[in-house]
Amino acid sequence: MTGSTTRPPLLDVSDLAVSFDTEGGAVHAVNGVSYTLAEGETLGIVGESGSGKSVHVLAMLGLIPRPPGRVTRGKVWFGGRDLLALPERDLRRVRGGEIGFVFQDPMSSLNPGMSVAAQIVEPLRIHLGLDQRAARARARDLLDLVRIPNTKGRLDQYPHEFSGGQRQRVMIAIGLACRPKLLIADEATTALDVTVQAEIVALVQELRREIGMAIIWITHDLGVVAGISDTVQVMYAGRILERGPVDALFRDPRNAYTLGLLRSLPDLSRGRAGRKRLQQIDGAPPDMRTPPPGDPFAPRNAYATPRCRAEMPPLSQAPGAAPGHLVAAWYDLPALLTREAAQQGHTP
Amino acid sequence: MKAAPAYPVISVRNLSKSYPLRSWWGGKADVFRAVEDVSFEIRPGETLGLVGESGSGKSTIGRAVTMLNPPTSGTIAFEGIDLARLSPQALCRTRARIQTVFQDPYAALNPRMSAGAYVAEAFRLHRPDMARSERREAVASLFARVGLDPHFLGRYPHQFSGGQRQRICIARAIALKPSFIVADEPIAALDVSIQAQVVNLLQDLQDDLGLSYLFISHDLRMVRYLCHRVAVLWRGRIVELAESDRLYEDPRHPYTRRLLAAVPLPDPAAERARLAARETTNPAPGRPGDLVEVGPGHWVAADPLPEETDR
Repeated sequence: MTGSTTRPPLLDVSDLAVSFDTEGGAVHAVNGVSYTLAEGETLGIVGESGSGKSVHVLAMLGLIPRPPGRVTRGKVWFGGRDLLALPERDLRRVRGGEIGFVFQDPMSSLNPGMSVAAQIVEPLRIHLGLDQRAARARARDLLDLVRIPNTKGRLDQYPHEFSGGQRQRVMIAIGLACRPKLLIADEATTALDVTVQAEIVALVQELRREIGMAIIWITHDLGVVAGISDTVQVMYAGRILERGPVDALFRDPRNAYTLGLLRSLPDLSRGRAGRKRLQQIDGAPPDMRTPPPGDPFAPRNAYATPRCRAEMPPLSQAPGAAPGHLVAAWYDLPALLTREAAQQGHTP
Repeated sequence: MKAAPAYPVISVRNLSKSYPLRSWWGGKADVFRAVEDVSFEIRPGETLGLVGESGSGKSTIGRAVTMLNPPTSGTIAFEGIDLARLSPQALCRTRARIQTVFQDPYAALNPRMSAGAYVAEAFRLHRPDMARSERREAVASLFARVGLDPHFLGRYPHQFSGGQRQRICIARAIALKPSFIVADEPIAALDVSIQAQVVNLLQDLQDDLGLSYLFISHDLRMVRYLCHRVAVLWRGRIVELAESDRLYEDPRHPYTRRLLAAVPLPDPAAERARLAARETTNPAPGRPGDLVEVGPGHWVAADPLPEETDR
């Protein structure tokens, strides 16, 4: 899906920066994020709290509260328009229309005082101009689509009458209601049980095949990202530290943070007897009121050079890596790992 | 791994916890059975994992074994003593040796109390004879033990990161030299890059102090890594209990299989294959049956019993 194409990308985020004014000073939540997304592509964005992964999409959709939030610079091209320059009226037509979204907590995203039918019908009437009858029929199809059984009887029920997994299915139905070109899912399965998460992930995979929309899937779970993404992007302290085709990024990580995340996970296939101490990443993410001057991960990175601590490396093609595998690093991680392995007297 | 002595630190027998359900207009009183007839024991230096979906009763068991929320029926014996038979004073003394680490360290801490004072409070309550200087020294050494700079003693909770706050909670939990700690989702609220730090700390403390853990978690990867044995809870009952290697390699109960098959793998090819081959066996509805030993130390619930009440 990420192959070369002459068509313009579906989404083109360029040098986006967002900060929040607080009593303790400005929090620089997003610091110059640029990337593109092709039609039908699934982009997995991995990052922990404070990485800017959620804030940057909220900013794209005009959903950060202003004040205290401020988009300080950048452009977000979608369908030939800069979303950041659109008046709220036009942006409202994009949100829930061409761009659908699903957030973490379905109970706080759904209106508890409105039946599920009314909540699915609303965007259909606003965005597609359907009449009540047609919208209701389509709402019923959508609940079928997200595999909520016995649709007819459930349409007029309220959110509290659905289980957590079903509520998230309803959110996905609303997100998909207007056949969006892009679906943004922000930690959409984090609050759910692992068995329910598996169902939702499988559902989104099927829907993607049926509808062909592009997806931005934001999560902290490397496992979920591994299975569904074409491209993976690792964010930390409001920046993209690495980005590449999913197989390349997992097989050949080029940023020490990505490597640290992959190595800190226990191996599920390894028994207790053969286990090693978990490789932890020491320290904690930086305070974004006073981000470190250079590479934000440098203070926690054993491979950091003096240049890392002084100057932010640009995100650029990693030497010798798969095409489109980008990294922001002044150090050469594969070379360092090879040297480390040689010193320890074995190959990695 | 040292061979664990035979007697258990904690022994839970037929534990049940139910809550009355009452309709608004005073209809027939019914009960919700959060946990039903659960038995297990934990040996010195052992970690027992407790897994299961939300609402399966994991935390209810965690609160019952510490008597924070005593069970409706069943016995809990700590080092051979039935906790229900203790006087309030004796229970208070015993409880010092049973501690809990909760999911959200920020909620567990007092925002108006410095980290040092919070840890020292354990001594003020349970060791009033302790001299001030002795107490200060003990707290400083606890800070060092959990990997916190003793210079941070005077700082307040909001000045710490999530991982540091969990370290403060762990410092207080080990202050009174407990032998048993209930860790209820201790890493769930922490950032991915911090989780391994806290798991390594829990492991080090077990190795050094011989602690026993009841590790309640939905992170099935960490559970396999950290736990000697694992109990799988479903609808308030244990449906499978085994050595963790055995449980992960040879799961027998349909719910266990479904749970393990749902864990995403951080390897693109393997994860795509898993998604394509997803097992969709659903456990039969109804109340899980009694446990039957299918191999040494491997217990699996028999076929479901007919439903008694609608859960």
